[in-house]
Parts: sequence; structure tokens; C-alpha cells
Amino acid sequence: MKFAQILKATATAGVIAMAMTGGASAITLNMMNGSEPGSIDPHKASGDWENRIIGDYIEGLMAEDANADAIPGQAESYTVSDDGLVYTFKLRPGIVWSDGVPVTAGDFVFAFQRLFDPKTASDYAYLQFPILNGSEISDGSITDFSQLGVKAIDDTTVEITLEGPTPYFLQALTHYTAYPVPKHVIDKVGDGWTKVENIVSNGPYTIKEWVPGSYIKSVKSDTYYDAANVNIDEVNYFVQDDLAAALARYRAGEYDILTDIPSDQAEWIKTNLPGQDFFAPFLGVYYYVINQEKAPFDNADLRKALSMTINRDVIGPDVLGTGELPAYGWVPEGTANYEGVDPYQPSWIGLSYEERVAEAKGIMEGLGYTAATPLTLQLKYNTNDNHQRVAVAIASMWEQIGVKAELFNSETAVHYDSLRAGDFEVGRAGWLLDYSDPSNTLDLLTTGIMQDGAMNWGNNYGRYSNDEFDGLMKSAASENDLAARAKMLGDAEKIAMDETGAIPIYWYIAQNVVTPTITGFQNNAKDIHRTRWLSKAE
Amino acid sequence: MFGYAIRRVLSALPVVLIAVTACFFILRLAPGGPFDGERALPPETLANLRAHYNLDLPLIQQYGIYVGRLLQGDFGPSMVYNDFTVAQMLWIGLPFTLMLGFTAFVVGTVAGLVAGSLSAVNQNKLPDYVLVMLVMVGLVVPNFLMASILQLVFGVYLDWFPAGGWKPGSLQHLVLPVIVLALPHAGRTARLMRGSMIEVLGTNYVRTARSKGLGTRLILARHAIKPALLPVVSYLGPGLSYLLTGSLVVEQVFALPGIGKYFISAALNRDYGLVLGTTILYMLIILAVNLLVDILYAWLDPKVRYD
Repeated sequence: MKFAQILKATATAGVIAMAMTGGASAITLNMMNGSEPGSIDPHKASGDWENRIIGDYIEGLMAEDANADAIPGQAESYTVSDDGLVYTFKLRPGIVWSDGVPVTAGDFVFAFQRLFDPKTASDYAYLQFPILNGSEISDGSITDFSQLGVKAIDDTTVEITLEGPTPYFLQALTHYTAYPVPKHVIDKVGDGWTKVENIVSNGPYTIKEWVPGSYIKSVKSDTYYDAANVNIDEVNYFVQDDLAAALARYRAGEYDILTDIPSDQAEWIKTNLPGQDFFAPFLGVYYYVINQEKAPFDNADLRKALSMTINRDVIGPDVLGTGELPAYGWVPEGTANYEGVDPYQPSWIGLSYEERVAEAKGIMEGLGYTAATPLTLQLKYNTNDNHQRVAVAIASMWEQIGVKAELFNSETAVHYDSLRAGDFEVGRAGWLLDYSDPSNTLDLLTTGIMQDGAMNWGNNYGRYSNDEFDGLMKSAASENDLAARAKMLGDAEKIAMDETGAIPIYWYIAQNVVTPTITGFQNNAKDIHRTRWLSKAE
Repeated sequence: MFGYAIRRVLSALPVVLIAVTACFFILRLAPGGPFDGERALPPETLANLRAHYNLDLPLIQQYGIYVGRLLQGDFGPSMVYNDFTVAQMLWIGLPFTLMLGFTAFVVGTVAGLVAGSLSAVNQNKLPDYVLVMLVMVGLVVPNFLMASILQLVFGVYLDWFPAGGWKPGSLQHLVLPVIVLALPHAGRTARLMRGSMIEVLGTNYVRTARSKGLGTRLILARHAIKPALLPVVSYLGPGLSYLLTGSLVVEQVFALPGIGKYFISAALNRDYGLVLGTTILYMLIILAVNLLVDILYAWLDPKVRYD
């Protein structure tokens, strides 16, 4: 009898102890996050690896849902004026920074002023240039920050006035450049506010530890308004540049999520880690620019011949092995604010590859280029295995039509320096959309502007220039009717692509690998997956 | 000896200044700058950034500012890592890199000496062949490959050690990186030790010792090891410098928080401040190790004089 009692007591104690340890052990997400964060200050960050950390600890007026669409974040609701120029946001009641200080409209006003302040020197301030006087404050032509189109009507109401109607503005507000920063902390410690001992958060997580070169650890914030629905207690964002090593560590169970993979392992992952590959298209285009200031590349027919000879169907599945989808147009499918516009298709899309090559050959022969008297061009790309594979494949495709491509690779800084200087013939480039709107890619093809006696071509490396295209882009920028705007942008895309203003090659693909214990991870067009939507079964 | 050390330190100063100057200007000559990324920044942003980092000033003035700051121990800002100054980043990463390098040095040296001696004693017998083969593997397999192999075998398949990462104070996390870093050093040490030991074992005084009937162990311990060590010791200095400054690949593959990986990434990013900072720090490490070796040498061998 006594023995049975002891046994029972022991068993009960054991069960309680197990339950306690089970309850006490935190659910931890280990994420391979790529490079060392340059900064976790939303006004100084510039990469998606920084965005993953920042978007978990700070929340803007608008936030992303699991599908990365804009949903109310710190704002509970908003109204938009009829002319689309004035947005009024009502903050949620009771929202606070993690030190208990309330998040006020003043924090947002302060944050936007800081973003545009020339002294902050924010890389990505331009993403918020739709805001009235943002660009002018940034270039120093307006020094009175109170003229910025962001005002606090009262402690819980933020009013934002825009330069012109901007259909993607709510989405732009989900970008970290639009996040609030804690004025009360920055007033005290200045730019050092991101140090672990000073940092506060208003998002689902709070930064707890930062070991440079190794990891950042965030823990769940109890003061977040939706904390009850946040499942994961801790997130470790690991610095890991070597992708082969990253995969090995994932297989060893050290990572739950890989945000990038060595692309030669894509097939292996699909076969050996079934159900864990989250490879999905997201908004971005991989393309070649052609320097249209140099003869003979100013000839649209020649550019067309180069473009149609590229067999895009083999590049994603075979050359790279990750299954990127062929790109023929300039605006990725699934881009918002483009309803009613069919994906662009070139006139030669119906031809078989052999027919395309034959036609391209004809064009080149007409211009005097044959196998015996080939057109020699230099194809530049930034040093990278994948870029090299694509370049080698395309060079051999071009050989069929009398084009001899010399490959030239250099490190990223040098490569883009020469693209910007116009010191190239054909060059590799890529663009990931900052926000889901066709203007974000089409702007890459607008004519440069004259500045201080020199043309500034911005990101239009190929220096494509077409007045009609520019005109359409300009009218679209002030068009309030979404359908009409989409039509103008669609017409612009057609003009630029009909002239082969650049050669789109494939649409980028997000390459996440997610362990089966993680649920809630959804492929989406922006490749943004906030931790608050994820759960982990231990 | 103290005066000698002071003289050596003083004579290193011009070396440092020349290296800083050369590095500063060569970096600026390289095409591309810290803000040449995939995206062109709007001109107003670029102007703000350049002003922020004084890049809009004449080069010679920038140089003056840099050297002025350096004399006060300020390495300036990093142009990529905004939340830390270069000095802070190096200060955080340096202890790890030093710890990793010294550990690999001790492990590699001991392993190399033991392997080399065993090889020499068993010259042209099976243990010698096995050891020589292992040494060759350590020497010829490049460290990025060795790192991946060990990571796969011991981290993934056998799961004995973590495949990467770092937890402060965790010995487990150090095992694989230390082995990868130590292997080439162990290999070189073993080869030197084997060669010089074979030579010593063939000398007359060892033969005399044998003929007196002394056992192999005693001969090795009393008569052979010390003279055999001399050529090895002269290699240990450069070997240590190499281990302290050569951890870049290992840090990259195992995602370790040292300063080695900044050396590459900073150069590729044109992060002027960080490149100069790492270069100066590495230079100081090498100068310090060389000085240490010279002083040790003089202390070990009375024939060397301090003048």
C-alpha cells in the first residue's frame, strides 16, 4: 500500500516536472538569414536580410499578412481622400514601445523627418518620395521639416499628404523605410539607439542579443497588441554567407529555415527533402541591358534578334536547375495595380525555337553579320556562378546567329560602376520590386534626366529612350483611375518591349527551404514571411 | 633586451605608416565605390551619403582626416555596417580570431611534432607511410574543401559536432574549425620535424648513445628532440602569423564571429574604413608575432645578439 502510494506520488511528480519543463522550454526558430546585417535601423538598412529582422521588431502603420499583402499594423484604420492625396491613419488604442512608452503619431512624424533628413543619408529614402516634399527635404532644397507631408493631427492620428495619387502607397508603407522609430530613445542616445542595451520595439519581437558575425536573437514582446497570437517565442537570425555550409547545417538540424540555397543543389533538395522546398516566383526580373548609345546596338532589330535567340525555356530548368520561369515582358505576373493588362508577349512568341533562330539569323545577315563576319560583343556580368552559367549558355546560343560574345566578369561594385558609366555593350542586371506595382520596373526604362550638365540615367543602364514611353509613364503617374493607369502602363511596357529596350530573361524565384515542423510559411510574390505568422511544433 | 624590443617597435612605426598610406590610396584607385550596389541611388541620396563619410572632400584631405583619427585610435566608420564603428567591430571579432588561431596553433604544433617524430622513428615502415599520407592530405586539400567534408561527415552524417555557428564558451563548436585550420600547419610542422629528426637520428652522437645501450625513448627524449626542434621553431613564427590571419575561409564556412571574413567582404564592398582597419590590425599582429619570435630566438640561442 505504502509502496503504491510512493509510486503514485513519484509518477505524479514526474508528470508535473515534465509538464513544467515542457512549458518552460521556449519555442525557438533558427533562421539562416544570409549576410551580416549592415544595420537594424530601418532608416539605414538596405537588404532583405535586414528586413527580416527589422520587420519582426518594428511595425509600421501598415503590416504584412502571411501572404505579404498590406494589412493595418499600428494603424487600426485609415481613410483616403477622394483625390487620393491625403491618407489619414487612426492608431490602435494602447499601443506601446517595449519599454512601456506609448507609440504616438509624433513617433511617425519624427521617423519620416529623420528618414528624409540629409544627415541621416538613408539609402532607400527614395521609396517614400511619393510623400509631399520628401524628395525636396532629402536634397536640401527644403530645410523646414514641418513642410513634410506627414502630420500628427493628435496623438493617435497621422495624416500623410502625397505629391500625387499613388495607388501602391499603402503597400509602400509596409516597407521598413516607413516604420516609426522611438523618438524618446533617439532623443537620449542618438544613432546608438539600435544598440541592444538601448533598443526598444513596437513589433511582435524585441532584439535581445547581437553577436556581430554570428547571430541576432529576438524574443517575443509581451507588449505587442497581438502577442496572444504570436506562437514562436524566440528567433535566431544567423549570419551565414556560405550557402553550401548553410545546407549542411540545415540537414544537421541547426536551421529551421534556409532563405537561400546553393542553386546547384536545387534538384537534390527537391528529391531528398520533399515538401521542404518552397521555391516560388516572386516579383523580380533577371535581365540583360544593351548599351543603346553604342552602334550597332542602337538598332532595335539587332536587339530583337539577340533577344529571340535566347532559349529561355532551358535557362530556368536546365542551366540553373531551379525552375525559373521564362520572362518575355517587363512586369512580373502577379504585380498589383495591373488588372486588365495581359502579360506582354513578343510578336515571335508563337514561333518554335528553330524558327526564331532562323528569323534572327536573317536579321543579322541583313545587317552584315554572319558566322564568317561575326558581330563581336562584350558581355559583362558580376562574378557569380549562376551569372556565369547563364552567360555561357546565352553566348553559345548567340553563336548560331553570327554573334561572338566575349565574357567579362568583375566584382559587383566594379560591374555596376561600369554599367552606370555606360562602359559596356551587353551587361547583366537584376531588379527585385520594392513594391508591387508595374511602375517600379517600368521606371527602369525611362529616359534619364539632365542634372548639373550631365545626363543621370539612374537605373536605366542601357539608356533606352523613347518619348512616347516617357509620356505614358508621366501621365500614368498622375492618373487617379486605376484601370486607366494600368492601361497606360501596359501600353508603355509594350512600346519598350517591342523595341527590346532591354532583354528580360527570367523571373526570379524565391528559394526557401522550410523544415516540416514549421507551419504557416506561405509562398508569396514579395518573399516576405514575418515570424508572427509561423508556428513550430516541438 | 628591453632596449632591443623598444628599438624594434619604433622601427615598425614607419612600416605601419607606409602600409596605411599605400592601402588608403590603392583602395581609392580601385574602380567602384562603397555605394555602387545593384541599384543606382538617386543623386541627392548619393550626395548625402558621400558628405556623411567625407567622401566629397579632396582625397588628400580625406587621408589627413583618416590618419589624424587613426593616431587617436579611431578607425572611423564602416560604410556598410552602420550600427558599429570599425573599431567596435574589430574589437568584438578580434578575441575570437585570436582564440581560434592560438588554439589551432597549439593543436597543430603538438600534432605535427608527434606525427613527425613517430614518422622519423619508424622511417619507411607502415606507420611512416600512413602518417606521411595523412600529412599530405592535410597539406594539399584546400581548407574550403576540407571544411565542407568535415562538416558533412561529422556535422551531418555522424552528428558528433555542430556543423557550424558559435556559442560563447562552447568547445564543441570549436572542434571542426580548429581541425580545419590546424591541419595544414600540422602537416608542415610534421614534415619539418620528420626531416630534421631523421637527420638527427643519423648523427654520430645518437649512434654513440645507441651503442651505449640506451633505449629509443631515452635517446629521443634526451638527445634527439631538442636539436631536431630548431628548424621547426623557426617555422613556428610564420606559422602562427598565418593561423592568426588566415582564418577567413574557416570563419566563412563555419559562420564564426571573427574578423577574418570582414577582410574579404569589406574589400568587395569597398568598405574603405573596414578594409583599412582589418589590414592595419593584421599588420600589427604580424609585426607583433615577428618581434616575439625574434626575441624568443635570441633568448633560445645565445649566438643571436640584440644589435
